[in-house]
Amino acid sequence: MAKPQNKYTGSSVFNTTPDATQRKKYCRFKKNGIKYIDYKDANFLLKFVNDQGKILPRRLTGTSLKYQRKISQAVKRARHIAVLPFTGDMIK
Amino acid sequence: MATKTTKTKEESVVLNNYESVIIFTPVLSEEQLKDAVAKYRKMITDNGGELIHEENWGLTKLAYPIQKKSTGFYHIYEYKAPASFVSTFELAFRRDERIMRFLSTVLDKHAIHYNVRKRNGEFNQGKNSPKQQEAKK
Repeated sequence: MAKPQNKYTGSSVFNTTPDATQRKKYCRFKKNGIKYIDYKDANFLLKFVNDQGKILPRRLTGTSLKYQRKISQAVKRARHIAVLPFTGDMIK
Repeated sequence: MATKTTKTKEESVVLNNYESVIIFTPVLSEEQLKDAVAKYRKMITDNGGELIHEENWGLTKLAYPIQKKSTGFYHIYEYKAPASFVSTFELAFRRDERIMRFLSTVLDKHAIHYNVRKRNGEFNQGKNSPKQQEAKK
């Protein structure tokens, strides 16, 4: 079951190497008190998609379920208004 | 039933907070764009709504082509309006050939708070939004 390490992230924004997994993941929204995710802010949303533009699972990002739902809603809205691409290679 | 709804309408109309993002075609001249923007601004106020804020991103590159155009004029209206207004507003967008894409969303209390803070320039998070870049210059 050796998965290629870049299957989801492709980049080093969320490191999935064994050392990094030792550190406890946390939800950045809960920690920083962010209550609203702006769908017009492409740069912020890019942290939650991989190089192909797919939404990253919360298993990798550590986001809580409540905010993962908001992220997915925001990313989908952003795609609709052409702020984020639906697909692409190396979109970052 | 029907009389009931009309009665409540007369007594007090509940205004909700909405936000509409509109993408105009890049082929418009500056004058035409101004006209279009003014038209929808007027439409909000004429239908018992209240414009809170407006933002224009200018000619912006799209993440993917829409109607074979790779750029568009983004315009964002933040307004208060009765719930029935949104469907009429969107119908007008659909009929308008100048509009390539639109998105209307309801704003919850967190979103309203966020927008107020953003307007006051409280975060550097939106560093790359055109408005903030202008402010830098």
